Amino acid sequence: MAYSFPEEVLEYVLSFIKSDKDRNAVSLVCKSWYEIERWCRKRVFIGNCYAVSPMIMIRRFPEIRSVEIKGKPHFADFNLVPEGWGGYFYPWVIAMSKAYPMLEAIRLKRMVVSDECLEMIAKSFKNFRVLVLSSCEGFSTDGLASIAANCRNLRELDLRESEVEDLSGHWLSHFPDTCTSLVSLNIACLGSEVCFSSLERLVSRCPNLRKLQLNRTVPLEKLPNLLCRAPQLVELGTGAYSAELRPESLSNLVNAFTGCKKLKALSGFWDVVPLYLPAIYPVCCGLTSLNLSYANIQSPDIIKLVSQCQNLQRLWVLDYIEDSGLDVLASCCKNLEELRVFPSDPYELEPNVPLTEQGLVSVSEGCPKLHSVLFFCRRMSNAALVTIARNSPNLIRFRLCILEARAPDYLTNEPLDAGFGAIVENCRKLRRLSLSGFLTDRVFEYIGKHAKKLEMLSIAFAGDGDMGLHHVLSGCDSLRKLEIRDSPFGDQALLANAAKLETMRSLWMSSCSVSYGACKLLGQKLRRLNIEVIDERGTPESRPESCPIEKIYIYRTLSGPRFDTPNFIWTMDEEGNSPLGIA
Amino acid sequence: MSPPLLSVEGLGQGNVSLMASQVTVDSLSPASLEFKERNYLGLSDCSSVDSSPASNLCKENKSNLNLKATELRLGLPGSQSPERGPELNLLATGKLNEKNLFPLAPSKDGICSSSQKNVVSGNKRVFSDTMDGFSEIKGPSYTEGNWMFNTSRTDSESAQPVGLGKFSGSGNINVMLSSGSAVTHAALVKEVPQKALEAGHHLKTANASKVNGSNNNTSAPAAKAQVVGWPPIRSFRKNTLATSSKNNEEVDGKPGPGALFVKVSMDGAPYLRKVDLRIYSTYQELSTALEKMFSCFTIGQCGSQSTCGKEMLSESKLRDLLHGSEYVVTYEDKDGDWMLVGDVPWEMFIDSCKRLKIMKGSDAIGLAPRAMEKSKNRN
Repeated sequence: MAYSFPEEVLEYVLSFIKSDKDRNAVSLVCKSWYEIERWCRKRVFIGNCYAVSPMIMIRRFPEIRSVEIKGKPHFADFNLVPEGWGGYFYPWVIAMSKAYPMLEAIRLKRMVVSDECLEMIAKSFKNFRVLVLSSCEGFSTDGLASIAANCRNLRELDLRESEVEDLSGHWLSHFPDTCTSLVSLNIACLGSEVCFSSLERLVSRCPNLRKLQLNRTVPLEKLPNLLCRAPQLVELGTGAYSAELRPESLSNLVNAFTGCKKLKALSGFWDVVPLYLPAIYPVCCGLTSLNLSYANIQSPDIIKLVSQCQNLQRLWVLDYIEDSGLDVLASCCKNLEELRVFPSDPYELEPNVPLTEQGLVSVSEGCPKLHSVLFFCRRMSNAALVTIARNSPNLIRFRLCILEARAPDYLTNEPLDAGFGAIVENCRKLRRLSLSGFLTDRVFEYIGKHAKKLEMLSIAFAGDGDMGLHHVLSGCDSLRKLEIRDSPFGDQALLANAAKLETMRSLWMSSCSVSYGACKLLGQKLRRLNIEVIDERGTPESRPESCPIEKIYIYRTLSGPRFDTPNFIWTMDEEGNSPLGIA
Repeated sequence: MSPPLLSVEGLGQGNVSLMASQVTVDSLSPASLEFKERNYLGLSDCSSVDSSPASNLCKENKSNLNLKATELRLGLPGSQSPERGPELNLLATGKLNEKNLFPLAPSKDGICSSSQKNVVSGNKRVFSDTMDGFSEIKGPSYTEGNWMFNTSRTDSESAQPVGLGKFSGSGNINVMLSSGSAVTHAALVKEVPQKALEAGHHLKTANASKVNGSNNNTSAPAAKAQVVGWPPIRSFRKNTLATSSKNNEEVDGKPGPGALFVKVSMDGAPYLRKVDLRIYSTYQELSTALEKMFSCFTIGQCGSQSTCGKEMLSESKLRDLLHGSEYVVTYEDKDGDWMLVGDVPWEMFIDSCKRLKIMKGSDAIGLAPRAMEKSKNRN
């Protein structure tokens, strides 16, 4: 069979197959297809940097041009993962610098990237084009300067929400005059001022620039200049959206925006002076994405904007939009697919704005294409959730955060089990779910029973006991990532479903009731998982085995225990001992 | 082939089942507690390979199983609730079992770059070594900083995970401090079961303040509830919100919302902490919190001097140590300069502080004059 199809033909066919899943399927057909496929795979996605070592990746795929790697667990975003946990990019860049000289793209999420790494990238990969650092940390603007100075063909530099040590804005001036290849530049997370004239010149000489996200220090007065030099922009992130009131300021802005005929996405909007908002009205009808989540503007202004964006597909906004604004959204934006509403005052438990569950219900009623929701609110009811579930059966992502932990249905004082149960029962395509509010084991029964497509579940302050966790682990067939905090789940559910853990990418549990003894047992039984106990109180060996550990992170891996764990993490080993060797 | 996993059926014989699909829901009986119990104990591998820890666990589980699984526990690690096994019931007697509380000292350098640190035995010292000499106690002998200073507020559910933090982290300090702190622990013990009761019986009301006020036995009722990582908002967003709302001041004079997290590092400490400056309103509060957070290092540092050897280190001595020539707190401001904390008015400090660092007094000598100059120039 192998010789009925010449390799070259198969390779050619495979070049049309881009998706990882399909590629993986191809490689399972037979040995020769495995070989052919691995030699021509160009992109690899590694969801957990410790699941596989650089050597394994390089050995299997010798011709990679693009890597995407994720590091820390998701809960690191909320300070639940202690500093020093890991996720270092360094070993990867060292290995790849030798193995993949033609590497073009690196996309990282929640990894620790040092300036040294950036320098290695800059000097090792001659054809380097794309660097996306999402929620990364560990580097400074000096590292960025290396990238700017040395990557001749750089197309994308995207620093999305990374924590950068901002030494100065001077790094931007390191882009040589010969650099004309930029397509996307996102420096929104940087704090210091970049040299504006360098920025202007850079923008002018890059005719393919499609995406430009400025940082807060770029003043509004300078925006028209930039926009005039880049009328082909498709995505723009403004800097601070405020300026001294001058008559020509507004008209300059209006003209500049009018010139941007291709603009589809807007973001930024720090420190907004509402007077200048009408400047973007000319582009509203073409907008598909609008991020006002940093904009301190009130409902009337938001409504004026949103009501003009009939083609809006994605809206990120603060709760200043209020229920009234969400009503308008529901009636004007029939193409809305994704809505995120963030809290303007997250630590205040008393409502500061009239934003309630009603707003979300309205949107679910009015927007038939709604598939992704992230909603922070102060109260919720089962009735509302049931209605939302009925209105939006096509939900893919539903993340609800009721600000007060364990808040019950505000109408009936009952748990919100029935409401979330309705969500999982009606929304058959649901892939991601985040729970909040007062929940018993019953909600997990529903989830285990209905959420068959669920891939990622986030649980906080929920459940009664092990049965809850058991329902999830035994019922959710597609579960890949499970993260739990402050919930009374313990040993029994974990141990009874230990086999499940090998089918998942990772499990995070913090402030639960998992005992050290159970961790040791898991480590002993499940050789292909790393069972990492995170405990800042010192070695778990100094406490009884039944004593619960603070945090545990379990993930499957081909590489065995990692060697870069800090001294507050213990990896359970095969002998069932604490790896410290203390009996 | 790997040994049989903990399959729901089969109990360690016959079915070598690695796939989750073998573990079916159907195989679980409704009286699943019992079932699980059997399942757990039926691990033939477990008992043959390493009998003592596993069977101990089994035993404990047997006795606690029926209780635990049905109880409305709130899953506090190291919970003070008395239902748990006696070995955990340390606080009930009012005595602190130091051996269990006092964490182990980590390796000397505390830098986590070397390999084979935790997988292979070796560098860590046993508790008894450290107890004798108080020498070079470094490393994670304190709990998550956030947890610790949240206890000083103890609002709402922060009592829960934070309870642990204070419980074990100050276990350090309590070994050396007077019995005053035992009282606080007792207070926490009382709080916890009460909370369990509340949640269990659906006593939650929509009244938000109840959550805040109910177990506010310790201090600062004015501070808002601050559970680590809740609500789940990224630091970037939190900090941005904080600064933008400060720009548009609330009319009713409410304090600026949002958090302002800055990193705190200390010379000799293995890793950084993050501190929310908005929680504090004076330098004294910040200083106290930092002391608590990093106190173990200070103790370690003084360990070489014989005075600290075996005597109880009172809180005031601790403070003296920090305020003495040993350590000073410095911060990096917006311009990138390092200044001594305390020179400028608190509001100004919060505005400009990017990062904190606790350094040895000797290292900080050059800072004072500059700080004075700078504030002079500002004024």
